Amino acid sequence: MRALGIILAGGNNHRMKELSQKRAISAMPVAGSYRSIDFVLSNMSNSHIQRVAVLTQYNSRSLNSHLSSSKWWDFGRKQGGLYVFTPTVTADNSSWYRGTADSIYQNLDFLKNSHEPYVVIASGDGVYKMDYNKLLEYHIEKKADITVVYKEFPEGSNLERFGTIVLNEDSRIEEFDEKPIIATSNLVSCGIYVIRRRQLIEMIEKSALEERYDFVKDILIRYRSLKRIYGYKLEEYWRNIATVDDYFSTNMDFLKEDIRDYFFRQYPDVYSKVDDLPPAKYNIGANVRNSLVSSGSIINGTVEDSIVFKKVFIGNNCYIKNSIILNDVYIGDNTHIENCIVESRDTIRANSYYKGDDGIKIVVEKNDRFIL
Amino acid sequence: MIKKEMIAMLLAGGQGSRLGVLTSRVAKPAVAFGGKYRIIDFPLSNCINSGVDTVGVLTQYQPLRLNTHIGIGIPWDLDRNVGGVTVLPPYEKSSNTDWYTGTANAIYQNIEYMEGYNPEYILILSGDHIYKMDYEVMLDFHKKNNAAVTIAVMPVPIEEAKRFGILITDDNKKIVDFEEKPQNPRSNLASMGIYIFNWKELKEALIKGANQSGLDFGKHVIPFCHENNCPMYAYEFHGYWKDVGTLDSYWQANMELIDLVPEFNLYEEYWKIYTKSEILPPQYVSKSSVVEKSIIGEGSSIFGKVYNSVIGCGVTIGENTVISDSIIMNHVVIGKDCEIHKGIIAEHAVIGDRVKMGVGDPVENEEFPHIYAQEIVTVGEKSQIPDDIIIGKNTVIFGETVSADYVEQSLPSGKSLIKAGDWS
Repeated sequence: MRALGIILAGGNNHRMKELSQKRAISAMPVAGSYRSIDFVLSNMSNSHIQRVAVLTQYNSRSLNSHLSSSKWWDFGRKQGGLYVFTPTVTADNSSWYRGTADSIYQNLDFLKNSHEPYVVIASGDGVYKMDYNKLLEYHIEKKADITVVYKEFPEGSNLERFGTIVLNEDSRIEEFDEKPIIATSNLVSCGIYVIRRRQLIEMIEKSALEERYDFVKDILIRYRSLKRIYGYKLEEYWRNIATVDDYFSTNMDFLKEDIRDYFFRQYPDVYSKVDDLPPAKYNIGANVRNSLVSSGSIINGTVEDSIVFKKVFIGNNCYIKNSIILNDVYIGDNTHIENCIVESRDTIRANSYYKGDDGIKIVVEKNDRFIL
Repeated sequence: MIKKEMIAMLLAGGQGSRLGVLTSRVAKPAVAFGGKYRIIDFPLSNCINSGVDTVGVLTQYQPLRLNTHIGIGIPWDLDRNVGGVTVLPPYEKSSNTDWYTGTANAIYQNIEYMEGYNPEYILILSGDHIYKMDYEVMLDFHKKNNAAVTIAVMPVPIEEAKRFGILITDDNKKIVDFEEKPQNPRSNLASMGIYIFNWKELKEALIKGANQSGLDFGKHVIPFCHENNCPMYAYEFHGYWKDVGTLDSYWQANMELIDLVPEFNLYEEYWKIYTKSEILPPQYVSKSSVVEKSIIGEGSSIFGKVYNSVIGCGVTIGENTVISDSIIMNHVVIGKDCEIHKGIIAEHAVIGDRVKMGVGDPVENEEFPHIYAQEIVTVGEKSQIPDDIIIGKNTVIFGETVSADYVEQSLPSGKSLIKAGDWS
């Protein structure tokens, strides 16, 4: 592959409420067995991108432990590798990453010391499969300076939290609106870009001199008339998980057979860190319907229309409905959980009752767990 | 200088013919167990959990699946700069080229491998038992007694002792005598086939026995050490240990995993069992499904009803199909409206719609009564069974069968249908 990869995984935002208190969004568990960054990492690995940098600064413990070894995505090669870059204090810099462009600027040596002619930049919170080689071919064919991957949303979608683009008939980007109140287009930028490495270095250095730090605002939008910026349409499934509702519905999408088939069975596979957990166990009294259950879980109660992540224990006579139970949660007997997301490593006492009435309720209990 | 205090030699070359068609194409240690594991995962995990990071795996019979499973040992953390796991098949020599003719002969042919690590002790393991054991504790016992040989033993009911190699010890657990499958056992301590040898003594015994055909630990090496007055001790083990050498014991051991609190617990944090996981996604259980008293591996899709069963990874079970008391291995596809009772269905088998398995009166298997018994229906790997077939008890099916292979769409109890050759 003639590109290296940069994954922007720094993000945190208040729209994820309590869920992002203990982890960056890139480390959010998705679809039972994965974390959101697995999708972009697997895409890069499957596209034969060998050198990948993950740029992160917000609460990166969870992400770091997930990326503790690069072997799961096959990056542990002599050529290339997986690098995690958090901000560091140096002789001439003591700032955090002040924006996406700044995070690249602070690690510019990584770009300068590489030899790959192109860079694929992608965010760590997208759930999708993509062959970046096709994107790169398109980029070269269009003689573009930057190519932006976009997804067409149905007319009338609420696009307030996205960047929208307007294309001319040649797919060149004419307008780029960041988080528009009234969207003039239903084409949404997926936060996936390809750009020539030298071009990127030049633009990032120039922006830094001008104290501009945001990749979208200060590079894409600012340069849209000067540079040839093109749009590349992603036809397949793409979601990003920037809000609680998005997170919930993206997970629930995996209860659909066609989505499971696309991600879990069709080539290529999505990889993740292997946790060495035993098979899921269904005891007498278990009653699981239309749900995903991950390894290491033990189920004694009723689970309906829900996603049960890894190593979850569900006690006798529980009723779990339309909910997401994150990793390593213990739920005591006779508990009712409906329309909820239960935060990982939580312990829910017996006889508890949680129900999200208008929207999804996030359950965070900090009980001690007593293990016999 | 390379130096390892103790290295393990894992005997994984055996066929295990009493497992019938399950071992037609794979060595017994590579047979699936407990949903997502293979039998060899248990000794390999024990090694790394005991701090033994150098393991030679001796292969001979049908080694492909074992080789791909073990790879460079990543799942067990046995990919090491020095040591790690090494697969040791028989090899051609300038003279006296031979297959591994016996357990000890296999070790003898790999003296050079062991010598390379300058070990003090050699741990001999076999790849066909289900157990969790800390070999380090056994080594401490070995050192404390200044033993030359320590044999792990398990107390068994005295009436069963005649099926085992029995060791007779004094009060200090020093072995004074031993007998192989005795009619009137003098002790109930059965050898588990796990030995720690001082390298010096083992090497001497192996070289002395070089010309013995079928050089075997139980038959030759242990008696040789005994005659030479080497101090031999018995290390008593009291945990769960299961030989899964027959289809019945294999079935039993799997079924024990689904008890509410199984005697052999896979869910303990401090002694994990590792395996190569090819499939990661969660399993899906549909709206009309029932799953009770079962364990299910990653990525399986259940549309039917599953009771008292062990289901592997990537399995599909169709709508209205009822599975009970069965073992379904990885990647098996079962159609709609089937009824499967007490089946052992090996990897990649494809079962059509409306197939009934394990019906009728139990009739003893005509060709292999000692293998296919206890009303179990055994289906070999990559077998195919067409729609609407009715299969009796104590039966076996292996190969890509079609309707024409059955008489009146059925295989009565006690019959065998083995169609597969070496490669088909």
